[in-house]
Amino acid sequence: MISDAAFWTLTVCLGIGTFLIRFSFLGILGGRALPGWLVIHLKYVGAAVFPALVVPLILWPDATGGDTDPARLIAAVAALLAGLRGSVAGAILAGMGTLYLVQFLTGQL
Amino acid sequence: MTRAQAFRRGFLDCAPFLIIVVPFSMLFGVAAREAGLDVLQVMAMSVLVIAGASQFTAVTLLADNAPVFVALLTALAVNLRMAMYSAALVPHLGHAPLGTRALMAYLMVDQAYAVAVRTYEDNPGMPMAVKVAYYFGCMTLICPFWYGFTAVGAVLGQALPAGLSLDFAVPVCFIALLAPLLRSLPHVVAALVSALAAVVFAWVPWNLGLIAAAVLAMIAGAQAELFLARRAARPGSGSGSGSVA
Repeated sequence: MISDAAFWTLTVCLGIGTFLIRFSFLGILGGRALPGWLVIHLKYVGAAVFPALVVPLILWPDATGGDTDPARLIAAVAALLAGLRGSVAGAILAGMGTLYLVQFLTGQL
Repeated sequence: MTRAQAFRRGFLDCAPFLIIVVPFSMLFGVAAREAGLDVLQVMAMSVLVIAGASQFTAVTLLADNAPVFVALLTALAVNLRMAMYSAALVPHLGHAPLGTRALMAYLMVDQAYAVAVRTYEDNPGMPMAVKVAYYFGCMTLICPFWYGFTAVGAVLGQALPAGLSLDFAVPVCFIALLAPLLRSLPHVVAALVSALAAVVFAWVPWNLGLIAAAVLAMIAGAQAELFLARRAARPGSGSGSGSVA
């Protein structure tokens, strides 16, 4: 359960912080360039954060009490393959669709 | 092109992205309700933050009992890429009045940013006022759909049967966000290091393993890029294929 205090602290700080990130150059710093070492690391933020978030969710899902679920593994691979073909909506559809298909075929659905 | 035409063109140029925005915001609404937030909280987050990936990140970590500062730090890290967008928009929109720039900053989202900058680069002669109108055209379409379908997801989510395994929508959304980022070898290196480190650091308390994994992966990606660039620059290296970013 998420406590109200935790939620509102996080949401307000995240809202302000995210606005400041968006406003940074456009609003305050103007045409100043980001240092080169920072740019080269920022390029990889997404590729560095999302796998670390997603791998534990797939390997040890709460819904199964933390046990690895083959249906979820297969569905995750399907979503990644569809996503690599360039479609965000396709990845979502392939992931959920494959999960339902495998669950249906194995009698879990 | 008049400002009204530019606004309309921005609106239409961003229309295809609704295919992403609609399911993504709806799933956020569903997932956030699953995590125990009420409708007001879900909407407050979508309105205050309007950055789906970081909202998913924050809610996922809070639901996992991560401390607030870890959830905040990770979610902000996910949004750091927008500092680059902000910098890239300065030459095009930097002369607008401060209030306009603040509103443009609030509305800055990935797809609309990408479309706007591409259009500006393809049309170097575009006057500033027209560029601003185009930008608002892009964002005006995305933003109400983001709010609206978050609400639809938040309200509908509770009505959906538990057997639908909607918990899985969260990792699926992250995968959908990740896949298009894997466009060069250094990005793939960063992703693999991140995935591996997340497993190795799974025992670390307070989800700090996530932050360690992300930092390591960013360094790995940057170093891989530098390595490939050095190899491509070396005379007579034969391959010279430095397919960097």
